[in-house]
Amino acid sequence: MSLFAQLASLTVQAGNGAHHSDAQHAAQHAAQHAAQQAVNWSEHLPALQIALPLLAAPLCVLLRRARLAWGLAMLVSAGALAISLTLLGRVLALGEGGAISYHLGGWQPPWGIEYRIDALNAFVLVIVTGISTVVMAATPRSLESELPRERHYLYYAAYLLCMTGLAGITITGDAFNIFVFLEISSLSAYALISMGRTRRAVTSAYQYLVMGTIGGTFLLLGIGLLYMVTGTLNIADLSERLALVGANRTVLVALACIVAGVSIKLALFPLHVWLPNAYTYAPAVVTAFLAATATKVAYYVLVRFVFSVFGTPLAFDELHLDALLLPLAILAMFGASLVAIYQADVKRMLAWSSVAQIGYMVLGLALANESGLTGGLVHLFNHALMKSGLFLVMACFALRLGSTRLEDLAGVGHRMPLTFGAFVLGGLSLIGVPMTAGFVSKWYLVRGALEAGMWPLAAAILLSSLLAVAYIWRVVEVAWFREPATGDLRRAPLSILVPAWILLLGTLYFGLHTSFTVGTASAAARLLLGGTP
Amino acid sequence: MSTCPILGPFLSEGPGPALFLAILWPLAGALLVGLASRLPNLRDTLSFLTALSLFAFVVTIILPAGRGSGDVSHDILEVLPGLTLRLRLEPLGLLFALVASGLWIITSLYAVGYMRGHGEKHQTRFAICFALAIAGALGVAFAGNVFTLFVFYEAITISTYPLVTHAGTEQARRSGRLYLGILMGTSVAFLLLALAWTWHLAGTTEFTPGGILAGKASPAVLTALLALYAFGTGKAALMPFHRWLPAAMVAPTPVSALLHAVAVVKAGVFTVVKVIVYIFGLDLMHEIGGDQWLAWVAAFTMLSAACVALSKDNLKARLAYSTISQLAYIVFGAALATDHAVLGSALHIAMHAFGKITLFFCAGAILVATHKSKVSELAGLGRRMPFTFGAFTLGAFSIIGLPPLGGSWSKWYLALGTMDVGDAGDAGGSGRPLMLGVLLLSSLLAVGYLMPVIVTAFFGQAEEDKQHSGHGSHGNQSEGGLREAPLLCVLPPVVSALGCLALFYYADELVTILKGALLP
Repeated sequence: MSLFAQLASLTVQAGNGAHHSDAQHAAQHAAQHAAQQAVNWSEHLPALQIALPLLAAPLCVLLRRARLAWGLAMLVSAGALAISLTLLGRVLALGEGGAISYHLGGWQPPWGIEYRIDALNAFVLVIVTGISTVVMAATPRSLESELPRERHYLYYAAYLLCMTGLAGITITGDAFNIFVFLEISSLSAYALISMGRTRRAVTSAYQYLVMGTIGGTFLLLGIGLLYMVTGTLNIADLSERLALVGANRTVLVALACIVAGVSIKLALFPLHVWLPNAYTYAPAVVTAFLAATATKVAYYVLVRFVFSVFGTPLAFDELHLDALLLPLAILAMFGASLVAIYQADVKRMLAWSSVAQIGYMVLGLALANESGLTGGLVHLFNHALMKSGLFLVMACFALRLGSTRLEDLAGVGHRMPLTFGAFVLGGLSLIGVPMTAGFVSKWYLVRGALEAGMWPLAAAILLSSLLAVAYIWRVVEVAWFREPATGDLRRAPLSILVPAWILLLGTLYFGLHTSFTVGTASAAARLLLGGTP
Repeated sequence: MSTCPILGPFLSEGPGPALFLAILWPLAGALLVGLASRLPNLRDTLSFLTALSLFAFVVTIILPAGRGSGDVSHDILEVLPGLTLRLRLEPLGLLFALVASGLWIITSLYAVGYMRGHGEKHQTRFAICFALAIAGALGVAFAGNVFTLFVFYEAITISTYPLVTHAGTEQARRSGRLYLGILMGTSVAFLLLALAWTWHLAGTTEFTPGGILAGKASPAVLTALLALYAFGTGKAALMPFHRWLPAAMVAPTPVSALLHAVAVVKAGVFTVVKVIVYIFGLDLMHEIGGDQWLAWVAAFTMLSAACVALSKDNLKARLAYSTISQLAYIVFGAALATDHAVLGSALHIAMHAFGKITLFFCAGAILVATHKSKVSELAGLGRRMPFTFGAFTLGAFSIIGLPPLGGSWSKWYLALGTMDVGDAGDAGGSGRPLMLGVLLLSSLLAVGYLMPVIVTAFFGQAEEDKQHSGHGSHGNQSEGGLREAPLLCVLPPVVSALGCLALFYYADELVTILKGALLP
């Protein structure tokens, strides 16, 4: 027994991240620890969240067989979802402002890399892993028509790497680490996009690569400048020291570099040019995955830097970030929606709609009050659900019709009623009809605008949702009233249809039961506005 | 109530959940109708039975609850913190629910006759969407706060879109676009903003006797808010947001009945009345001058729509503009914000519903029997379709406001309202005789656009030739010249016309219900 206890305390000491179990403590309660040893794994969940998909990616390459690689990727994805849900549960159990801190390799922050999970990034992690899992379920059937089966394993490897990168950006508490994971996710995203059916996918991926690299470079520059000023890379540490430094020119340039860099990844309005092409020509499932996660994580990074690192007083009161972001957000809401109305390809239309929806999220950020930020964060979740659901619907259309062009969707409402029903549901949510998730986010954004005393802004938010009515209803009219082309059409495969319906019913569910989304988002917003994390 | 085993659990905690049940009822009906889509007779029977049982339910359970003194409410769901889907029974809503569910019975009968007589396709989809719209209307009627009202208001818009575009033609699509564009556009851009703003100012959106906005903001802000509500409620068809209503006449006639009488426009004006009475409160309306400008906007709509109606030769278009004009009466009364005026406008919801549904039923019956839709073509038809045109005459007189028909009461109270507006603490009171004049002029215009129809039909000279071949859809040929539409197309307008007559004698019942809330 005592030997066993010794062993247990040794393992605990042996250099892992459970920082709150120091050696003495472990020795005193050795027996207890021995009993807990199996549970110890659960203290490493933050590391597992990243390590699992990272290790599984090369395994996919080794497995080679499409079905096996998919099985592994699905398993890992579901496991990652389970982990992130557990983490979220734990963070929320810690109460307002609580956070889990995990020290990679046992190195103490600010020297070592810290994974720091609070209400905000636990929430984003759930979105990333959740969407990844649902989309993964739909992947094999949809990918068959777009990529030769013998190359599927590469797809799964890249997909897992992308998920690793996105989860890594989210979970880490280290600014430089954010850059590293951003590169992992970006590089694998380029690979994923280039796997599209047409050769245009390759140019789109290349365009994204050029833009993305510029974005990454700006981010790195910004982080470098921050390091120069403060001498630290840990986010918690950064924010403390930055508050002491105050607003000098270096900090201003750092903020500018970071905002510009992240805005490229986020596809904020004038920097969005890569997005419509990338989303249109990427394989359908890739679009469904990236639309719901990549831009969302970039939004998270922006929120994290603006509120946690720079802090509201610095970013808004002294550096007037809102003067930049607010007009851009409004331009995105109106400009991109208007462009969406004139698209001939529905998938491209949805891509433009994403640019517009990013405008709403950034608007929430720029309002910098609790309702507005809650709206932005809730929209992050809600938009992820509806957009990836809608893109899965596009996957159904692409599979059965061979195209997502508007004219080819003529009469599809009668020929594929279930798929079309899903589209209408997602569209209603995109418009923000009450009882759908879209309404909840808009409600908070409008409230945020009113609380900030900007009622024309509130009107603008609502007016721009009318543009969503226009572009969604254009599709509905063609699909419902236009005479269908001849030829028999089979129902979309259930393996895509069911995930799409899960996501879109999710938008309905989260339009009615908002305690999870709004509760978590408003907790995160309070945390962010309350000062340092 | 406790005798019913199915309803027992619902009603054990008071009549509150019954409100929710009344909304679920048509939804269940829609489900049954959908399941029976392959058996047309069963499907239509189910549709009718749903309507009948719903009305019975409203009359036997909700009406007594409304007459009682207690607070009847039911929370469905708390969607956001402090933003609850809540149903609450109050006299205005009770009246609207009675009207909507009552008229649904005859509309569902009529729909069977019309849709079959006219050989329309997709009758199942039609019946389902119809039931959904009724559920939405009941939701609007029982809404306990602006948020709930907004939710059901949008539900009506969406569920009636497939009805308006039922024909699927290019014209139907264009009308559908206008319909959805205006209704959803105004509601999202204005009504939702008003809702959020109300919440922001008052911290609640509950319908509360006496209003919730008094003293919460400056008169300028409240005026803007009132305008957002008045114009945001596109279903009230206040000019310039009225175009959807004439456009929607491409829909089958039962849909026109639904739009003009049962659910849609009534939901709109009901929203305006309810917001003015329970969100602003009558006193606040005078304080912020809403009783002046909004009343004049309504008066303008009233007169100009009536003038447009005069110029329309298409019967349904004429009736559509007549509806716009008559709806403005209701907004007008609510805007005047005196007890009598509000009473009059609430009454007018019911009176106009019965009158206008009769007229539309008749227009549809004429179309089914003779395929004629223009006023100028109706010459002599009155003698051959006496029941249809008899009903039309009663309905028209009620719309004009002649006794002994229901419409005369609402106009009477509205006229009283323009007279006693000075007593209600209003400063100016200057324009009020003028407003009375507007009311009378508008009634004259109603005579102008409705009487020619009757006169042409009964006394016009018909060209008697080629019309005997018909379309095989005329059912009643027993008497020589008599050529009515099928029984199910003729019976409903006769019933609703008799309803107009009955409302004259039993208006007191309605007044008693309404007075409970409006004249405390």
